[in-house]
Amino acid sequence: MSITYLEAIREAQAKALADDPRVFIYGQDVGAFGGAFKATKNLAKEFPGRVLDAPISEDAIVGAAIGAAINGMRPIIEMQFADFSTPGFNQIVNQAATLYWRTQVPCPITIRLPSGGTSGAGPFHSQSMESLYAHYPGLIVMTPATVEDAYSMLLEAVAIDDPVIFCEHKRLYYHLKAPALPTEAMPVGKARIHRPGRDLTIVAYSAMLHDALAAAEELAGEGAEIEVVDLRTIKPMDTDTIMASVARTGRLLCVGESFPWGGVTAEVVARVATEGFALLDAPPQRLNAKDTPIPYHPKLWLGHRPTAESVCAAARHLLQM
Amino acid sequence: MVLSRVLDDKMAGLYRAGKIHGGVFLGRGQEALSVSVGLALREGDVFAPLIRDGAGRLAFGEPVLDAVRTFLGSALGPMRGRDGNVHRGRPGEGLLAMISHLGAMISVVNGALLAHRFQNLKGLVGAACIGDGGTSTGAFHEGLNQAAVERLPLVLVVANNQYAYSTPTRRQFACDDLADKAAGYGLSARRADGTDLEDCLRVIAAAVADARAGGGPQMVVARLLRLCGHGEHDDAHYIDPQLKQSPLGRDCLAVAEERLLREGWADAEAIRALRQKAAREVDKAVATVQREPAPDPYKENWCALASRHLSEMFENPALSTHS
Repeated sequence: MSITYLEAIREAQAKALADDPRVFIYGQDVGAFGGAFKATKNLAKEFPGRVLDAPISEDAIVGAAIGAAINGMRPIIEMQFADFSTPGFNQIVNQAATLYWRTQVPCPITIRLPSGGTSGAGPFHSQSMESLYAHYPGLIVMTPATVEDAYSMLLEAVAIDDPVIFCEHKRLYYHLKAPALPTEAMPVGKARIHRPGRDLTIVAYSAMLHDALAAAEELAGEGAEIEVVDLRTIKPMDTDTIMASVARTGRLLCVGESFPWGGVTAEVVARVATEGFALLDAPPQRLNAKDTPIPYHPKLWLGHRPTAESVCAAARHLLQM
Repeated sequence: MVLSRVLDDKMAGLYRAGKIHGGVFLGRGQEALSVSVGLALREGDVFAPLIRDGAGRLAFGEPVLDAVRTFLGSALGPMRGRDGNVHRGRPGEGLLAMISHLGAMISVVNGALLAHRFQNLKGLVGAACIGDGGTSTGAFHEGLNQAAVERLPLVLVVANNQYAYSTPTRRQFACDDLADKAAGYGLSARRADGTDLEDCLRVIAAAVADARAGGGPQMVVARLLRLCGHGEHDDAHYIDPQLKQSPLGRDCLAVAEERLLREGWADAEAIRALRQKAAREVDKAVATVQREPAPDPYKENWCALASRHLSEMFENPALSTHS
């Protein structure tokens, strides 16, 4: 018996619907069809009237979620792909994110973003939007990298009184498995030291955690002990755990799948450089995708995003500095 | 209508005297339409006013103090200095606080109406106001289509006041009449003369009644002329003088007063007394608010999250003397 990352997301939504009558799901093809990735499979049947197909209107989908939340509901929005959240961007960053600060009325909505690259998906079905949303005050941004976190963090997202951008990685949907759903969870906003080490810290999140872990395994064969930190949520960011790890290793490499200008990796490096400069034995490094749109062809795509190989190369370089 | 006009005039005066930070946006010429919306709504309904809906807000129950406090930036107002002028609201009480992006409030009203459906609350409606310019946005289309697909009790009130800031309607849309757009969403639209209070009251009340009775979304398009600039910073020199002289350029307040006098429903003295009462109420509110504290940046919690424990603090440790 095992459960995939995608099944965990489906199960979390089923539990949220079962436990809380305020929860409903709204998005394109989420009803009888069960969603483009089947993350809402059978939910419309199990919870009649509470899983609603939406027109192709991302702005209005998010707007309606906000209006429902103001009036006591806890909507879960599925964007068919993270990339398609841009037509809803205005409602997310200007309406949902500002509502509580402006009016003291909370906006408990969860927006699921099927994120990140998969082979052959191309420029408009591959994007990682977490850095954009994290930039705006008033939003929580989650980037689960494990089956257990996908489940427990989605339940937390629904329970939180603020808008949560839930970045679930499509590359993890089917192949990432766990023996069972978790019964307990780490608090939201805490990073996890996924693999301990003393020579170098790799900070990663979402699917890049697995490339970082593969790189750490490879480098172990070369005698290097790599510590791998999974951020879990990128906003709030657990600076303390990052800093404690860098204090142990003296070296930082931060890896992210999104574009290189600014973003999560730049934020991590900036925090370590400003608050932990004396802890560093070498300049902090970051590794991101290339500064082009995301290519379609698998060979180009593998050259565009960080991989276990490029993480290894960056880590080797940093270990020699 | 009178209270709204008096309040608007007062805010315009305070703006010119440099007493108001940020913009002042008036509803001059639009009061008949706006007040009709506010009067047709009841407790439990949802209202998303736009920038020229001071009259509708008052009729819906917004206190004069909320308006004055928000224009003057009082810490005691509903927005506490965090947002200003026409962006005020009390969303928990059905009065939504508009963002600046036009069309964006329509789907928020839809969401409130969806919530009512989930909660089995019947007989409630939601009204959203928009102008001729706002009908060109994608959000307008998405919101109206969404309401139609879900058959929500939305009343969408379009004030075609002939200009979006400085842009005349011929550069805004190419159909003959904005009401023609309704058919594309499977709806019918009502037309109203925005300069005529009686017509506005009748048309809006009918639209609200149909929505309340389960007839699905309703659209009302009213024609009128904006009798002020976009904001008080704008002298509106671009408005066609011929429009001002046309029936469209009538002041709805003057038209309503003439009607009252003509029908003998009120005499000049009663109307003067109404104005004086409104002026006293507004003056009292302004005097109260001018003695109220401004927001204090040192007492502001600078936290955008309801879940305070999840907020991050971005303070430069080098500048922090107490740590």
